[in-house]
Amino acid sequence: MTSSAKTSYVIKDVAILDGKPTDIVIKDGVIAEIGKGLTADQTVNGSGCIALPGLVDLHTHLREPGREDAETVLSGSRAAAMGGFTAVHAMANTNPVADTAGVVEQVWRLGQEAGLVDVRPVGAVTMGLEGTALAELGAMADSAAAVRVFSDDGKCVHDAALMRRALEYVKAFDGVVAQHAQEPRLTEGAQMNEGVISGKLGLAGWPAVAEEAIIARDVLLAHHVGSRLHVCHLSTAGSVEIIRWAKSRGINVTAEVTPHHLYFTDDVVESYDPIFKVNPPLRTKSDVAAVRAGLADGTINIVATDHAPHPSEDKDCEWTAAAFGMTGLESALSVVYETMVQTGLMNWAAVADRMSVAPAQIGRVSTQGQPIEVGSPANLVIFDPRASQEVDARKTVSASRNTPYAGRTLPGKVVATFYRGKPTVLNGELNA
Amino acid sequence: MTHDFEPKGHVVLDSSDISRALTRLAHEIVERTQGATNLTLMGIPTRGASLATRLGEKISEIQGNPVSVGAIDITMYRDDLRSRPARALLPTTIPPEGIEGRLVVLVDDVLFSGRTIRAALDALSEHGRPELVQLAVLVDRGHRELPIRADYVGKNLPTSRSEKIQVNLIEHDGVDEVRIERES
Amino acid sequence: MKHLLSAADLSYEDAILVLDTAKQLAAATEQGVGKLPPLRGRTVVNLFYEDSTRTRISFEAAAKRLSADVINFSAKGSSVSKGESLKDTALTLEAMGADAVVIRHSSSGAPHRLANAGWISGGVVNAGDGTHEHPTQALLDAYTLRSHLRNGEGDLKGVNVTIVGDVLHSRVARSNVLLLNTLGAKVRLVAPPTLLPYGVEDWDCEVSYDLDASLEGSDAVMMLRVQRERMNAAYFPNAHEYSSRYGLNVTRMNRLAESAVVMHPGPMNRGMEISADVADSQRSVIVEQVANGVSVRMAVLYLILGGSESM
Repeated sequence: MTSSAKTSYVIKDVAILDGKPTDIVIKDGVIAEIGKGLTADQTVNGSGCIALPGLVDLHTHLREPGREDAETVLSGSRAAAMGGFTAVHAMANTNPVADTAGVVEQVWRLGQEAGLVDVRPVGAVTMGLEGTALAELGAMADSAAAVRVFSDDGKCVHDAALMRRALEYVKAFDGVVAQHAQEPRLTEGAQMNEGVISGKLGLAGWPAVAEEAIIARDVLLAHHVGSRLHVCHLSTAGSVEIIRWAKSRGINVTAEVTPHHLYFTDDVVESYDPIFKVNPPLRTKSDVAAVRAGLADGTINIVATDHAPHPSEDKDCEWTAAAFGMTGLESALSVVYETMVQTGLMNWAAVADRMSVAPAQIGRVSTQGQPIEVGSPANLVIFDPRASQEVDARKTVSASRNTPYAGRTLPGKVVATFYRGKPTVLNGELNA
Repeated sequence: MTHDFEPKGHVVLDSSDISRALTRLAHEIVERTQGATNLTLMGIPTRGASLATRLGEKISEIQGNPVSVGAIDITMYRDDLRSRPARALLPTTIPPEGIEGRLVVLVDDVLFSGRTIRAALDALSEHGRPELVQLAVLVDRGHRELPIRADYVGKNLPTSRSEKIQVNLIEHDGVDEVRIERES
Repeated sequence: MKHLLSAADLSYEDAILVLDTAKQLAAATEQGVGKLPPLRGRTVVNLFYEDSTRTRISFEAAAKRLSADVINFSAKGSSVSKGESLKDTALTLEAMGADAVVIRHSSSGAPHRLANAGWISGGVVNAGDGTHEHPTQALLDAYTLRSHLRNGEGDLKGVNVTIVGDVLHSRVARSNVLLLNTLGAKVRLVAPPTLLPYGVEDWDCEVSYDLDASLEGSDAVMMLRVQRERMNAAYFPNAHEYSSRYGLNVTRMNRLAESAVVMHPGPMNRGMEISADVADSQRSVIVEQVANGVSVRMAVLYLILGGSESM
């Protein structure tokens, strides 16, 4: 198959979100035509499939620089494309930490070179993620990477005064602080959700209150200083309630939930298989119900993957020795389809909002999350909801295999992904 | 105890046959051990141990004084231990006078391959060195796989290998009888 | 039985079988039988990542009495202290032909991983993992209770056992709650609220913060070790306050029923959770617990390794 920047594509008989089947023509990087009976250089059969705007992940660990054995910008970009993403936000906890313009520009440049998705670096809030002094937030914002999202993810900005200053400071360049809400003293040595199961398994608990207390504090701080706040990977029913309350008060807060917090409950930890070790931990059934409801009603604005690749030696070990985190880019859309669409909680328009439109807005990515209409940048994902696939960890595109869905069957499949008019995935295969 | 289903096979020894056989065995043991003064009966659990107890009672009646009776579990000494999941252990009871220097008669219900008796000899040796060891069985069905023979036999029952001998005793099965069952 | 990872793995029948088997093995020992043959040719590895001389020796004695070959592998001075992972150690043991691995590890669930991660094919016995479980300790406790309160036979139906102390960090308590329930005993946990696990109200036992109110009606009181360092993490104010509220002293012991016994899994903090007078008293069965440990561990090893591979 030959393809060049000049090749035009027609996706035949595809439903745009919840609409009727139609044809979409992509040409010169934009959506050129929408209608019946269209033609182009190459044809993609979209019959029975759904077209969504290219997915935008606000929370991705690409590990480069520093842990290229787990993932690189290139391998992570490939995994993202396979999952239907056209933009990812690369978290700052690399080595060196992305706390200077130099590091964020390096990551941004690597993303450009890979050319499969927009790689938007996230800047650290504090120097070295140490929670003591602000990083060069303005320099990162002004750099070529144009950073707008700042996060110490993996660590919580727990010092209230520092958090207040960060919230205030980023207003100067329309930035947002994305907080990893975890009260450190309440979670020392924590291994899993604190509940009946942690007591039974003898694993140190990570109580819901350690997340909720920080979120409550932060929404009040954001309110006080009139800043916008983003809450990373919210996981508890109480957190949903606090966000709902904050929004009702007009506080400028947004929140994300991960696919795995929509899918799993903490009873899977009974296997002691560290594939399920993640931070924040998998929670209870009622928490899962609450985050699903919160995502459906918009209290939780977006789904973000918290894709956290780890080499197998960090997972093929005893629980307490294992690293926190699981991969998620390649499975995210299927998991959201199963947990939110098949359950009747959301339609495709809502999926497009939570996985593309809203995250692009929060990250201030202007070319992403656009409606599927003539003239929009051609960032699209074509998803076949009738397909299903058993997840095989050995076949992942990510450089790491720590997918918690291994051996499970997930519904749906990404048939094609178009990034700036160019197919990064075609016929369910990587096209790069 | 009652049978859950109709017992298979046919009865070859009934209650009175068993009683007569044991009485005869008791007399033979007394006769051949010169009055059974140094005698210890060691039954092999489960049913061999019950038979040893009964034999002991009969010998006591004949002799007018109590006979030393014990039990020796052979489970851990079996040569086919690994062929099945770990088996439950059964009680070993060594009489207070021990077995050192005694005239020990091993008692079992059925003598077949001889492997149980070999195991019993090993187990016994852990507890001391008897002066003499003999073997008494209620039924000898043949098909020996080791150079072992019984000194006292209640009843010789020629069988084919495909048949099964089932000894039922009141203590365990609610009835005294010996049955031959054909393997289906 | 393929592994013994948790007391929850034991059904009622399994638990009774272990206790009955231990009883026969103890009898053999009493009858002077030095070594029993059933594990001849089998290799048992004691893989100890934590210092625990008494548990290791108990398992070693148990394995040797059953004629197994025993390899002791302790973390100190071995490749483990050079950073070798549990997986690589396991693969080494597998290559050496270990038929069973007895593992003590500071990480809860490590024995579970060893048994289920596909690293080794042999049996795994949990000799204490983190703050999770210590099932052979619970078995020896049940054995001790049964021999004192039930004449060494049957189960523990109707026996009231009070477990006192740092339940939160105690693998002994977790295993005991599970096993004693399986055997029909009634368990009551007594501790300051800070030393009870989150969600303990869902456990199959009663919970109390008041030791004095719990003594009456107890057939056995099991005192758990409380580490003095816990007070640094604000679990309780100081050792004195702890021992005055939750320590077993003579005054409290005298309020127990005539037949009640005092237990402790060891090692004891004399003067902290238990006074020296109580530890050395007639009611104390602490030394007996140690002796029973060998019989119970023999039973477990026999049932795991004494037959064919699977059950």
